[in-house]
Amino acid sequence: MKVIVDLNKCNDHGQCVYSAPEVFSLNGRGELSFRDEAKEIYVSDQLDESLRDALEEAADICPMQAIEIEG
Amino acid sequence: MAGVVVLGASLGGLRAADALARSGYSGGITLVGDEPHQPYNRPPLSKEALVEAQDFDAIRLRSSAKPGTVSLVTGVRATSVDLGRGLLFLSDGRELAFEGLVAATGLRPRALGIPKPSAGVVMLRTYEDLVRLRSELAMVQDVAIIGAGFIGCELAASLTRLGYRVSVIAPEDVPMLRPLGEELGAALMRHHLRAGVTFGLERLPVAIEGSERPERVVCNDGSSFEAQLVIEAVGSATNTEWLDGNGLDLSDGILCDEKLSFGGDGRFLAVGDVARFPNLAFDAVPRRVEHWGMAVDTGRYAGKALGHLLSQGEASPAFTPMPAFWSDQFELRIQSFGMPGLVTDASEIRVLEGDLDGEVVVGYHRNGTLVGVVLVGFVQSHLKYRAAVAESLEAAAGASS
Repeated sequence: MKVIVDLNKCNDHGQCVYSAPEVFSLNGRGELSFRDEAKEIYVSDQLDESLRDALEEAADICPMQAIEIEG
Repeated sequence: MAGVVVLGASLGGLRAADALARSGYSGGITLVGDEPHQPYNRPPLSKEALVEAQDFDAIRLRSSAKPGTVSLVTGVRATSVDLGRGLLFLSDGRELAFEGLVAATGLRPRALGIPKPSAGVVMLRTYEDLVRLRSELAMVQDVAIIGAGFIGCELAASLTRLGYRVSVIAPEDVPMLRPLGEELGAALMRHHLRAGVTFGLERLPVAIEGSERPERVVCNDGSSFEAQLVIEAVGSATNTEWLDGNGLDLSDGILCDEKLSFGGDGRFLAVGDVARFPNLAFDAVPRRVEHWGMAVDTGRYAGKALGHLLSQGEASPAFTPMPAFWSDQFELRIQSFGMPGLVTDASEIRVLEGDLDGEVVVGYHRNGTLVGVVLVGFVQSHLKYRAAVAESLEAAAGASS
Protein backbone atom coordinates (compact mmCIF):
# COMPACT_ATOMS: atom_id res chain seq x y z
CA MET A 1 0.00 0.00 0.00
CA LYS A 2 1.29 3.44 -0.98
CA VAL A 3 -0.06 6.90 -0.37
CA ILE A 4 0.01 9.45 -3.18
CA VAL A 5 -0.38 13.18 -2.56
CA ASP A 6 -1.07 15.63 -5.36
CA LEU A 7 0.99 18.59 -4.13
CA ASN A 8 -0.62 20.88 -6.71
CA LYS A 9 -4.02 20.20 -5.13
CA CYS A 10 -2.74 20.16 -1.54
CA ASN A 11 -3.29 23.45 0.24
CA ASP A 12 -1.44 22.59 3.48
CA HIS A 13 -4.57 22.48 5.65
CA GLY A 14 -2.88 19.79 7.73
CA GLN A 15 -6.06 17.83 8.53
CA CYS A 16 -4.23 14.64 7.48
CA VAL A 17 -1.77 15.15 10.32
CA TYR A 18 -4.51 14.52 12.91
CA SER A 19 -5.71 11.37 11.16
CA ALA A 20 -2.37 9.75 10.34
CA PRO A 21 0.46 11.43 12.26
CA GLU A 22 2.65 8.38 11.54
CA VAL A 23 2.70 9.39 7.87
CA PHE A 24 1.86 13.09 7.58
CA SER A 25 3.50 16.08 9.24
CA LEU A 26 3.95 19.80 8.68
CA ASN A 27 7.37 21.41 8.35
CA GLY A 28 8.48 24.55 10.18
CA ARG A 29 6.77 26.74 7.59
CA GLY A 30 3.42 25.06 8.18
CA GLU A 31 3.60 23.18 4.86
CA LEU A 32 3.10 19.47 4.31
CA SER A 33 6.59 18.07 4.89
CA PHE A 34 6.43 16.01 1.66
CA ARG A 35 7.02 19.32 -0.12
CA ASP A 36 10.62 19.10 1.06
CA GLU A 37 11.15 15.96 -1.03
CA ALA A 38 8.76 16.20 -4.00
CA LYS A 39 7.49 18.94 -6.31
CA GLU A 40 4.24 17.86 -7.99
CA ILE A 41 3.27 14.38 -6.87
CA TYR A 42 4.53 12.67 -3.73
CA VAL A 43 4.54 8.88 -3.73
CA SER A 44 5.38 7.13 -0.48
CA ASP A 45 7.35 3.93 0.03
CA GLN A 46 5.37 0.77 0.78
CA LEU A 47 3.43 1.38 4.00
CA ASP A 48 2.32 -1.11 6.59
CA GLU A 49 -1.22 -2.45 6.25
CA SER A 50 -1.92 -1.48 9.89
CA LEU A 51 -1.97 2.16 8.74
CA ARG A 52 -4.84 1.65 6.29
CA ASP A 53 -7.68 2.93 8.51
CA ALA A 54 -5.73 6.03 9.47
CA LEU A 55 -4.80 6.71 5.84
CA GLU A 56 -8.40 6.23 4.64
CA GLU A 57 -9.46 8.80 7.24
CA ALA A 58 -6.73 11.21 6.10
CA ALA A 59 -7.85 10.82 2.48
CA ASP A 60 -11.50 11.37 3.45
CA ILE A 61 -10.84 14.45 5.59
CA CYS A 62 -8.48 16.22 3.15
CA PRO A 63 -10.34 19.43 2.21
CA MET A 64 -8.69 19.49 -1.22
CA GLN A 65 -9.11 15.74 -1.78
CA ALA A 66 -5.42 15.56 -2.66
CA ILE A 67 -4.65 12.17 -1.04
CA GLU A 68 -5.01 8.80 -2.76
CA ILE A 69 -4.28 5.33 -1.47
CA GLU A 70 -2.92 2.83 -3.93
CA GLY A 71 -3.03 -0.90 -3.38
CA MET B 1 -33.55 -7.97 -0.19
CA ALA B 2 -33.56 -5.11 2.29
CA GLY B 3 -30.13 -3.50 2.47
CA VAL B 4 -29.08 -0.03 3.50
CA VAL B 5 -30.20 3.10 1.70
CA VAL B 6 -28.12 6.25 2.02
CA LEU B 7 -30.27 9.15 0.94
CA GLY B 8 -28.24 12.14 -0.20
CA ALA B 9 -25.18 11.66 -2.42
CA SER B 10 -23.03 14.56 -1.37
CA LEU B 11 -20.08 14.43 1.01
CA GLY B 12 -21.78 13.04 4.14
CA GLY B 13 -23.77 10.40 2.24
CA LEU B 14 -20.78 9.27 0.21
CA ARG B 15 -18.57 8.92 3.29
CA ALA B 16 -21.32 6.97 5.08
CA ALA B 17 -21.71 4.58 2.14
CA ASP B 18 -17.91 4.20 1.89
CA ALA B 19 -17.54 3.47 5.59
CA LEU B 20 -20.41 0.99 5.56
CA ALA B 21 -18.88 -0.81 2.57
CA ARG B 22 -15.47 -0.86 4.22
CA SER B 23 -17.00 -2.34 7.38
CA GLY B 24 -17.73 -5.46 5.35
CA TYR B 25 -21.52 -5.07 5.36
CA SER B 26 -22.82 -7.40 2.67
CA GLY B 27 -26.55 -6.63 2.59
CA GLY B 28 -26.36 -4.20 -0.34
CA ILE B 29 -25.82 -0.42 -0.24
CA THR B 30 -27.73 2.05 -2.38
CA LEU B 31 -26.66 5.71 -2.48
CA VAL B 32 -29.42 7.95 -3.80
CA GLY B 33 -28.85 11.58 -4.85
CA ASP B 34 -31.16 14.18 -6.37
CA GLU B 35 -28.47 15.93 -8.42
CA PRO B 36 -27.61 14.57 -11.87
CA HIS B 37 -23.92 14.22 -10.96
CA GLN B 38 -21.66 11.85 -9.15
CA PRO B 39 -20.75 13.14 -5.66
CA TYR B 40 -18.63 16.28 -5.70
CA ASN B 41 -16.97 18.67 -3.29
CA ARG B 42 -18.86 21.91 -2.59
CA PRO B 43 -16.34 24.22 -0.86
CA PRO B 44 -14.40 24.93 -4.08
CA LEU B 45 -17.59 26.34 -5.68
CA SER B 46 -17.05 29.69 -3.93
CA LYS B 47 -13.25 29.57 -4.20
CA GLU B 48 -10.90 27.55 -6.45
CA ALA B 49 -13.55 26.31 -8.89
CA LEU B 50 -14.74 29.88 -9.40
CA VAL B 51 -11.41 31.72 -9.47
CA GLU B 52 -9.50 29.09 -11.44
CA ALA B 53 -12.47 28.09 -13.63
CA GLN B 54 -12.09 24.42 -12.68
CA ASP B 55 -14.27 21.85 -14.42
CA PHE B 56 -16.36 19.14 -12.79
CA ASP B 57 -13.57 16.58 -12.77
CA ALA B 58 -11.50 18.80 -10.48
CA ILE B 59 -14.16 18.71 -7.77
CA ARG B 60 -15.40 15.13 -8.11
CA LEU B 61 -15.17 13.18 -4.83
CA ARG B 62 -13.45 9.82 -4.87
CA SER B 63 -15.04 6.82 -3.22
CA SER B 64 -12.94 4.54 -1.05
CA ALA B 65 -15.39 1.64 -1.35
CA LYS B 66 -14.47 -1.34 -3.52
CA PRO B 67 -16.03 -0.95 -6.98
CA GLY B 68 -19.42 -2.61 -7.12
CA THR B 69 -20.17 -2.46 -3.39
CA VAL B 70 -22.23 0.76 -3.55
CA SER B 71 -24.94 1.32 -6.18
CA LEU B 72 -25.29 4.99 -7.03
CA VAL B 73 -28.68 6.32 -8.18
CA THR B 74 -28.61 9.95 -9.34
CA GLY B 75 -31.27 12.46 -10.34
CA VAL B 76 -33.85 10.98 -7.97
CA ARG B 77 -35.22 12.31 -4.68
CA ALA B 78 -37.29 10.71 -1.96
CA THR B 79 -40.91 11.75 -1.73
CA SER B 80 -41.62 9.96 1.56
CA VAL B 81 -40.54 7.16 3.83
CA ASP B 82 -42.24 4.66 6.09
CA LEU B 83 -39.71 3.90 8.81
CA GLY B 84 -41.93 1.28 10.42
CA ARG B 85 -42.15 -0.81 7.26
CA GLY B 86 -38.65 0.08 6.04
CA LEU B 87 -39.79 1.50 2.71
CA LEU B 88 -38.49 4.56 0.87
CA PHE B 89 -40.56 6.06 -1.91
CA LEU B 90 -38.67 7.74 -4.76
CA SER B 91 -39.66 10.45 -7.21
CA ASP B 92 -39.31 8.07 -10.16
CA GLY B 93 -41.99 5.82 -8.67
CA ARG B 94 -39.62 3.21 -7.30
CA GLU B 95 -39.82 1.82 -3.76
CA LEU B 96 -36.66 0.81 -1.94
CA ALA B 97 -36.86 -1.57 1.01
CA PHE B 98 -34.23 -1.11 3.71
CA GLU B 99 -33.09 -2.54 7.01
CA GLY B 100 -30.91 0.51 7.69
CA LEU B 101 -31.19 4.13 6.54
CA VAL B 102 -28.76 7.04 6.49
CA ALA B 103 -30.36 10.47 6.05
CA ALA B 104 -27.90 12.80 4.33
CA THR B 105 -30.27 15.19 2.59
CA GLY B 106 -28.52 18.39 3.71
CA LEU B 107 -29.71 21.91 3.08
CA ARG B 108 -31.10 24.08 0.33
CA PRO B 109 -30.33 27.80 0.15
CA ARG B 110 -33.09 30.20 1.07
CA ALA B 111 -34.21 32.93 -1.31
CA LEU B 112 -35.26 36.34 -0.02
CA GLY B 113 -38.93 37.19 -0.34
CA ILE B 114 -38.34 40.66 -1.79
CA PRO B 115 -39.22 42.08 -5.22
CA LYS B 116 -36.59 41.09 -7.77
CA PRO B 117 -36.19 40.80 -11.55
CA SER B 118 -36.48 37.36 -13.10
CA ALA B 119 -32.85 37.24 -14.33
CA GLY B 120 -29.53 38.07 -12.71
CA VAL B 121 -30.33 36.91 -9.16
CA VAL B 122 -28.59 33.67 -8.21
CA MET B 123 -27.65 31.42 -5.29
CA LEU B 124 -24.67 29.09 -4.91
CA ARG B 125 -25.11 25.56 -3.59
CA THR B 126 -24.69 23.19 -6.53
CA TYR B 127 -22.42 22.75 -9.53
CA GLU B 128 -25.31 23.90 -11.75
CA ASP B 129 -25.46 27.08 -9.66
CA LEU B 130 -21.75 27.64 -10.34
CA VAL B 131 -22.22 27.17 -14.09
CA ARG B 132 -25.07 29.70 -14.01
CA LEU B 133 -23.03 32.13 -11.89
CA ARG B 134 -20.13 31.96 -14.36
CA SER B 135 -22.34 32.73 -17.34
CA GLU B 136 -23.94 35.64 -15.46
CA LEU B 137 -20.53 37.02 -14.51
CA ALA B 138 -19.61 37.37 -18.16
CA MET B 139 -22.24 40.11 -18.45
CA VAL B 140 -21.55 42.30 -15.41
CA GLN B 141 -19.09 44.50 -13.53
CA ASP B 142 -20.83 45.15 -10.20
CA VAL B 143 -21.94 42.29 -7.98
CA ALA B 144 -23.98 42.59 -4.79
CA ILE B 145 -23.78 39.73 -2.32
CA ILE B 146 -26.60 39.56 0.20
CA GLY B 147 -25.36 37.84 3.35
CA ALA B 148 -22.05 38.21 5.22
CA GLY B 149 -21.48 34.63 6.39
CA PHE B 150 -18.62 32.47 5.17
CA ILE B 151 -20.06 31.81 1.71
CA GLY B 152 -20.83 35.50 1.18
CA CYS B 153 -17.36 36.55 2.32
CA GLU B 154 -15.58 33.85 0.30
CA LEU B 155 -17.51 34.91 -2.77
CA ALA B 156 -16.63 38.55 -2.09
CA ALA B 157 -12.94 37.65 -1.92
CA SER B 158 -13.04 35.42 -5.02
CA LEU B 159 -14.97 37.92 -7.16
CA THR B 160 -12.78 40.83 -6.05
CA ARG B 161 -9.73 38.83 -7.13
CA LEU B 162 -11.42 38.26 -10.49
CA GLY B 163 -11.75 42.05 -10.90
CA TYR B 164 -15.42 42.62 -10.06
CA ARG B 165 -16.66 45.49 -7.89
CA VAL B 166 -18.31 43.75 -4.97
CA SER B 167 -20.75 44.97 -2.30
CA VAL B 168 -21.71 42.82 0.69
CA ILE B 169 -25.08 43.66 2.28
CA ALA B 170 -26.19 42.19 5.62
CA PRO B 171 -28.04 43.06 8.86
CA GLU B 172 -25.08 42.34 11.20
CA ASP B 173 -22.54 45.03 12.08
CA VAL B 174 -19.55 42.87 11.12
CA PRO B 175 -19.20 39.94 8.71
CA MET B 176 -19.06 36.36 10.05
CA LEU B 177 -20.37 37.65 13.38
CA ARG B 178 -22.09 34.49 14.57
CA PRO B 179 -19.26 32.01 13.99
CA LEU B 180 -16.35 34.29 14.92
CA GLY B 181 -17.58 37.10 17.17
CA GLU B 182 -17.37 40.87 16.95
CA GLU B 183 -13.63 41.53 17.13
CA LEU B 184 -12.38 38.89 14.73
CA GLY B 185 -15.24 39.65 12.33
CA ALA B 186 -14.20 43.31 12.37
CA ALA B 187 -10.55 42.40 11.79
CA LEU B 188 -11.43 40.24 8.78
CA MET B 189 -13.66 43.01 7.49
CA ARG B 190 -10.63 45.33 7.45
CA HIS B 191 -8.83 42.83 5.18
CA HIS B 192 -11.81 42.85 2.82
CA LEU B 193 -12.01 46.66 2.88
CA ARG B 194 -8.32 47.00 2.00
CA ALA B 195 -8.88 44.65 -0.94
CA GLY B 196 -11.67 46.92 -2.19
CA VAL B 197 -14.85 45.18 -1.02
CA THR B 198 -17.72 47.58 -0.17
CA PHE B 199 -19.83 46.72 2.90
CA GLY B 200 -23.43 47.75 3.48
CA LEU B 201 -23.95 46.43 6.99
CA GLU B 202 -26.65 46.96 9.63
CA ARG B 203 -29.33 47.14 6.97
CA LEU B 204 -31.73 44.86 5.15
CA PRO B 205 -32.35 44.75 1.42
CA VAL B 206 -35.96 45.56 0.60
CA ALA B 207 -35.90 45.33 -3.19
CA ILE B 208 -33.69 44.37 -6.10
CA GLU B 209 -34.61 46.99 -8.70
CA GLY B 210 -34.22 46.65 -12.45
CA SER B 211 -36.51 45.91 -15.37
CA GLU B 212 -35.12 42.65 -16.75
CA ARG B 213 -31.86 42.37 -14.85
CA PRO B 214 -30.82 43.93 -11.55
CA GLU B 215 -29.63 47.53 -11.58
CA ARG B 216 -29.38 48.16 -7.84
CA VAL B 217 -30.18 46.71 -4.42
CA VAL B 218 -32.24 49.09 -2.27
CA CYS B 219 -32.08 48.80 1.52
CA ASN B 220 -34.38 49.72 4.42
CA ASP B 221 -32.23 52.72 5.41
CA GLY B 222 -32.67 54.26 1.96
CA SER B 223 -29.17 53.32 0.76
CA SER B 224 -28.71 51.51 -2.54
CA PHE B 225 -25.92 49.50 -4.17
CA GLU B 226 -25.33 49.33 -7.90
CA ALA B 227 -25.25 45.74 -9.17
CA GLN B 228 -26.06 43.93 -12.40
CA LEU B 229 -25.80 40.59 -10.61
CA VAL B 230 -27.06 39.74 -7.12
CA ILE B 231 -26.01 36.64 -5.20
CA GLU B 232 -28.24 35.59 -2.31
CA ALA B 233 -26.20 33.93 0.46
CA VAL B 234 -28.60 34.40 3.35
CA GLY B 235 -28.86 30.98 4.89
CA SER B 236 -30.61 27.73 4.28
CA ALA B 237 -33.44 25.36 5.06
CA THR B 238 -33.04 21.68 5.99
CA ASN B 239 -34.32 19.02 3.59
CA THR B 240 -36.51 16.89 5.85
CA GLU B 241 -39.97 16.96 4.23
CA TRP B 242 -39.54 13.39 3.01
CA LEU B 243 -39.49 12.26 6.68
CA ASP B 244 -42.84 13.85 7.56
CA GLY B 245 -45.41 11.50 9.07
CA ASN B 246 -42.96 9.35 11.05
CA GLY B 247 -43.38 11.13 14.39
CA LEU B 248 -39.90 12.71 14.34
CA ASP B 249 -38.73 16.09 15.66
CA LEU B 250 -37.86 17.91 12.42
CA SER B 251 -38.06 21.45 13.81
CA ASP B 252 -34.40 22.14 12.92
CA GLY B 253 -33.01 19.29 10.90
CA ILE B 254 -33.41 15.75 12.22
CA LEU B 255 -33.18 15.44 16.00
CA CYS B 256 -30.76 12.60 16.81
CA ASP B 257 -29.25 11.11 19.92
CA GLU B 258 -25.52 11.15 20.74
CA LYS B 259 -25.06 8.26 18.31
CA LEU B 260 -26.65 10.15 15.38
CA SER B 261 -29.60 7.80 15.59
CA PHE B 262 -33.23 8.86 15.18
CA GLY B 263 -36.63 7.25 15.35
CA GLY B 264 -35.82 3.88 16.82
CA ASP B 265 -33.20 1.34 17.52
CA GLY B 266 -30.00 2.59 15.90
CA ARG B 267 -30.80 1.48 12.34
CA PHE B 268 -31.69 5.00 11.18
CA LEU B 269 -28.96 7.63 11.34
CA ALA B 270 -28.55 11.19 10.10
CA VAL B 271 -25.29 12.78 8.91
CA GLY B 272 -23.97 16.11 7.69
CA ASP B 273 -25.78 19.47 7.77
CA VAL B 274 -29.20 17.93 8.41
CA ALA B 275 -28.25 16.06 11.62
CA ARG B 276 -29.00 17.75 14.96
CA PHE B 277 -27.15 15.86 17.68
CA PRO B 278 -25.52 16.43 21.07
CA ASN B 279 -21.71 16.33 21.10
CA LEU B 280 -21.07 15.14 24.64
CA ALA B 281 -17.48 16.41 24.51
CA PHE B 282 -19.10 19.88 24.86
CA ASP B 283 -22.56 19.44 26.42
CA ALA B 284 -25.88 17.66 25.94
CA VAL B 285 -27.51 20.27 23.69
CA PRO B 286 -28.35 18.91 20.23
CA ARG B 287 -27.03 21.15 17.45
CA ARG B 288 -26.62 21.07 13.72
CA VAL B 289 -23.03 21.70 12.62
CA GLU B 290 -22.68 22.99 9.07
CA HIS B 291 -19.00 22.21 8.61
CA TRP B 292 -17.50 20.35 5.70
CA GLY B 293 -15.41 18.28 8.11
CA MET B 294 -18.50 17.36 10.14
CA ALA B 295 -20.10 15.85 7.04
CA VAL B 296 -17.01 13.64 6.71
CA ASP B 297 -16.89 12.74 10.41
CA THR B 298 -20.62 12.04 10.79
CA GLY B 299 -20.63 10.03 7.55
CA ARG B 300 -17.68 7.90 8.59
CA TYR B 301 -19.15 7.32 12.05
CA ALA B 302 -22.63 6.46 10.78
CA GLY B 303 -21.41 4.03 8.12
CA LYS B 304 -19.19 2.22 10.57
CA ALA B 305 -21.81 2.18 13.37
CA LEU B 306 -24.49 0.85 11.04
CA GLY B 307 -22.14 -1.82 9.73
CA HIS B 308 -21.31 -3.02 13.24
CA LEU B 309 -24.96 -3.04 14.26
CA LEU B 310 -26.31 -4.85 11.20
CA SER B 311 -23.43 -7.28 10.69
CA GLN B 312 -22.48 -8.07 14.30
CA GLY B 313 -25.33 -6.70 16.38
CA GLU B 314 -22.90 -4.42 18.21
CA ALA B 315 -23.70 -0.91 19.41
CA SER B 316 -21.12 1.88 18.99
CA PRO B 317 -19.84 4.44 21.50
CA ALA B 318 -21.17 8.02 21.39
CA PHE B 319 -20.00 10.30 18.58
CA THR B 320 -17.81 13.02 20.15
CA PRO B 321 -15.84 14.66 17.33
CA MET B 322 -13.60 17.71 17.41
CA PRO B 323 -15.36 20.13 15.04
CA ALA B 324 -13.07 21.94 12.63
CA PHE B 325 -13.63 24.33 9.76
CA TRP B 326 -11.54 26.46 7.49
CA SER B 327 -12.10 29.36 5.14
CA ASP B 328 -9.78 30.92 2.57
CA GLN B 329 -10.35 34.60 1.88
CA PHE B 330 -7.76 36.57 -0.09
CA GLU B 331 -4.37 35.48 1.25
CA LEU B 332 -5.88 34.52 4.61
CA ARG B 333 -6.17 31.00 5.93
CA ILE B 334 -8.83 30.94 8.64
CA GLN B 335 -8.91 27.71 10.65
CA SER B 336 -11.14 26.85 13.57
CA PHE B 337 -11.21 24.00 16.08
CA GLY B 338 -13.90 23.28 18.65
CA MET B 339 -17.10 25.35 18.85
CA PRO B 340 -16.24 29.06 18.95
CA GLY B 341 -19.86 29.85 18.01
CA LEU B 342 -20.97 28.67 21.49
CA VAL B 343 -19.44 31.78 23.04
CA THR B 344 -21.33 35.04 22.68
CA ASP B 345 -19.99 36.92 25.72
CA ALA B 346 -17.29 39.21 24.25
CA SER B 347 -15.25 39.13 27.47
CA GLU B 348 -14.82 35.37 27.00
CA ILE B 349 -13.26 35.83 23.55
CA ARG B 350 -9.57 36.70 23.89
CA VAL B 351 -6.49 36.98 21.69
CA LEU B 352 -4.13 34.14 22.64
CA GLU B 353 -1.30 35.00 20.24
CA GLY B 354 -0.51 37.61 17.60
CA ASP B 355 -2.74 40.62 16.99
CA LEU B 356 -6.04 41.25 15.27
CA ASP B 357 -4.55 43.30 12.44
CA GLY B 358 -2.27 40.49 11.28
CA GLU B 359 -1.94 36.83 12.07
CA VAL B 360 -3.90 36.02 15.19
CA VAL B 361 -5.12 33.18 17.38
CA VAL B 362 -8.37 33.87 19.22
CA GLY B 363 -9.61 31.70 22.10
CA TYR B 364 -13.30 31.23 22.99
CA HIS B 365 -13.99 30.34 26.63
CA ARG B 366 -17.03 29.07 28.52
CA ASN B 367 -16.92 28.77 32.30
CA GLY B 368 -13.16 28.70 32.18
CA THR B 369 -13.00 26.00 29.50
CA LEU B 370 -11.40 26.71 26.13
CA VAL B 371 -14.21 25.46 23.85
CA GLY B 372 -12.90 26.86 20.56
CA VAL B 373 -10.00 28.54 18.80
CA VAL B 374 -9.84 30.42 15.52
CA LEU B 375 -6.49 30.94 13.83
CA VAL B 376 -5.92 33.50 11.11
CA GLY B 377 -2.55 32.47 9.70
CA PHE B 378 -0.28 30.82 12.31
CA VAL B 379 -0.45 27.72 10.10
CA GLN B 380 2.40 26.06 11.97
CA SER B 381 0.41 26.25 15.26
CA HIS B 382 -2.73 24.29 14.30
CA LEU B 383 -1.72 21.12 16.13
CA LYS B 384 -0.87 22.98 19.29
CA TYR B 385 -4.16 24.85 19.56
CA ARG B 386 -6.32 21.92 18.50
CA ALA B 387 -4.67 19.92 21.30
CA ALA B 388 -5.25 22.80 23.73
CA VAL B 389 -9.01 22.71 23.04
CA ALA B 390 -9.12 18.92 23.38
CA GLU B 391 -7.23 19.02 26.68
CA SER B 392 -9.39 21.77 28.11
CA LEU B 393 -12.57 19.87 27.19
CA GLU B 394 -11.23 16.66 28.72
CA ALA B 395 -10.27 18.47 31.94
CA ALA B 396 -13.77 19.99 32.16
CA ALA B 397 -15.41 16.59 31.56
CA GLY B 398 -13.17 15.04 34.21
CA ALA B 399 -14.04 17.75 36.73
CA SER B 400 -17.80 17.35 36.23
CA SER B 401 -17.93 13.55 36.33
